[in-house]
Amino acid sequence: MDRRSFLKLGGLIGGALGAADLLVIGDALANPTADRITSLPVLDRVKAEPGEDVLIRMQRDLVRAMNKGIEKRRWGMVIDTRKCVGCHSCNVGCIMENKLPPGVVYRPVIDQEVGSYPNVGRRFLPRPCMQCENPPCVPVCPVKATWKRPDGVVVIDYNVCIGCRYCITACPYQARTFDFGENWDSKAASGNDGGLALQTCRKYGQEPSFEYGAIWRRGEGVIPKSPVGNARKCTFCLHRLEHRQLPMCVTTCIGRATLFGDLNDPTTLVSQQATRNNAVSLKPELGTKPKVSYLL
Amino acid sequence: MAVSSVSSIGTTNLVSRARLLWALWVLAAIIGGLGFLERLLHGDQATDFSSYIPWGLWVAAYIYFSGLSAGAFLLAAATYVFRIRVLEPICRLALLLAAVTLPMGLLMIGFDLGHLERAYLIIIRPQFHSMMAWMVWLYTAYLILVVAMLWLSFKSVQPGRNPEAVTNDRARVRVLAIIGIPLAIGFAGGVGALFATLAAREFWHSSLFPIFFLVGALTSGTALVTAVVSWQWPSRDAAWKDLMTLLGRMLLVLILIDFILELAEFMTPSWYQIGSFYELTRYVLFGPYWYVFWLVHLLLGVLVPILLLAKTRSPVITGVAAALVAVTFFAVRLNLVIPGLITPELRGLEKAYSDPIGNRLIFAYFPSWFEWQVLLGAIAFGVALWYVVIRLFPWVFPNPAQSSEVGQ
Repeated sequence: MDRRSFLKLGGLIGGALGAADLLVIGDALANPTADRITSLPVLDRVKAEPGEDVLIRMQRDLVRAMNKGIEKRRWGMVIDTRKCVGCHSCNVGCIMENKLPPGVVYRPVIDQEVGSYPNVGRRFLPRPCMQCENPPCVPVCPVKATWKRPDGVVVIDYNVCIGCRYCITACPYQARTFDFGENWDSKAASGNDGGLALQTCRKYGQEPSFEYGAIWRRGEGVIPKSPVGNARKCTFCLHRLEHRQLPMCVTTCIGRATLFGDLNDPTTLVSQQATRNNAVSLKPELGTKPKVSYLL
Repeated sequence: MAVSSVSSIGTTNLVSRARLLWALWVLAAIIGGLGFLERLLHGDQATDFSSYIPWGLWVAAYIYFSGLSAGAFLLAAATYVFRIRVLEPICRLALLLAAVTLPMGLLMIGFDLGHLERAYLIIIRPQFHSMMAWMVWLYTAYLILVVAMLWLSFKSVQPGRNPEAVTNDRARVRVLAIIGIPLAIGFAGGVGALFATLAAREFWHSSLFPIFFLVGALTSGTALVTAVVSWQWPSRDAAWKDLMTLLGRMLLVLILIDFILELAEFMTPSWYQIGSFYELTRYVLFGPYWYVFWLVHLLLGVLVPILLLAKTRSPVITGVAAALVAVTFFAVRLNLVIPGLITPELRGLEKAYSDPIGNRLIFAYFPSWFEWQVLLGAIAFGVALWYVVIRLFPWVFPNPAQSSEVGQ
């Protein structure tokens, strides 16, 4: 395959996947109960071959995993720190996907400077929820509002959480944040574009979040509308997985540094990478057994 | 009310002081009331809490008030259970103080919740692993028990009640006190365990923490009872002086024990100046809020009271020393909560992503005016509750003619 036809094919597949995404989202909004799909037909037309884009491979892995029972799959993530350029696209994508308000963040990218001047270097550490096998945030909840699903993702029931923030203090990775009810329009930019900024922020504030496959419209008040007043965290974009879409941070990563898939299936890309010699997890000494690992 | 208790003495000086206190209370109630309103309408938005320092002044206030309550209760319960005759006159006062200070703490922790309206779920969706759930169940049981003890004790002093029923009432009070001691120990220590059980937080993750909380509760609770006995006791006779001397000595011992525990808590993990606990100790001792430890806690809460209590037997000075301990103990509580949260769990997280709107992603915290406002409101509420109940039930101050309640 020469370079030109390769690019063409890539464009075709990318476009087709994008269109499929739009169709699926449209369907789900129109008819939320009839949104189950079991395959992405477009993938049948793309032959699996060595050296294909990791996103296509992960897409295949995803469809395969979703067709198994929930208790048979175990989601995991591998972040290749050698490929991460510190562009923060994953964080930005996550914020847009989950309509995160100010103060809430699921996947900050930690920018670490190492060494001492003039011998210095930078390294980047994107930090999603580790989706621990042994999550310290779960047993502390006084109302059972948070638990580990059979597929290993730690979730929060926004309709039960009382907002005590005990789980936030219990997480050794500080992967949970609190929704204080603030909005981006409260201090919108001033100057020539101030009006536009205010309008955009207001519009953003009214956009619902689709976390956990539900429609969440935030609001403060005597009885705040969840997720205001709740702890919030990364869910590996469970609502996207239901539609056979990869988590947003995976798709927006410009360096293909974030890999995602089923750790129970030894043939998935993520399983193969997670077992490499250079794969490490954060704070292994705590025994939390994170399902997110980093390639050094 | 302060007005009535002092005006009976009759000097104009005291009357004007009472008026001043009354005016201060009204001011505190107005400021606090506005704070409560703001909290109900806009939640925790006006606080300086953040996603990284999610607990602050209100959690510290909660453990402070609940500690005062447990301490005062244990003093009363021990008197009933072990039949300590000399402390008997202050039993009901201590019980009533326990019943008043706990609601102050509950008010603070209730306002701290993001969804106060769902707090009942802790009872109907029990999570047996959660130390916080245990704490809530224990203090609910404890509050019911304190009220029951007060009610029985109140019944037993009603005029015209037959002596047999009175004996029964007193026996029941004693049984409740026996149940109450492990409950109060569990609840006061459990609040410490709520923090100590978190492996993620090195500053809190210490076996000494629950013990330290318990001894802190005893110290601050005894100090509060001593201060109130010194200030509000109706008769200033020799018996009162003896009682004050005894309370002063007890308090002195408790301050010293608490201080030894504090030395152990800070020095053991940081002695060789290595490790993250050392950094946190440095933060407490030499960080931006060094004065909270050195001036408020160590000087006003430990050294001055020790000197006053050791040097004099004057009931008034003992009362002043006790009040100092009771009030400044809040600094101890603040220094237990905040430093545990002040350092990022992952280096660099503090600069990874910021929040320009609410500053909720930073590792710095100083209580906002609104937080102090709500605390002031809780104090005004507690003071009002106290004066209402001692007006309604003046029997908390024993009548010399009354027979012994502790028993034979």
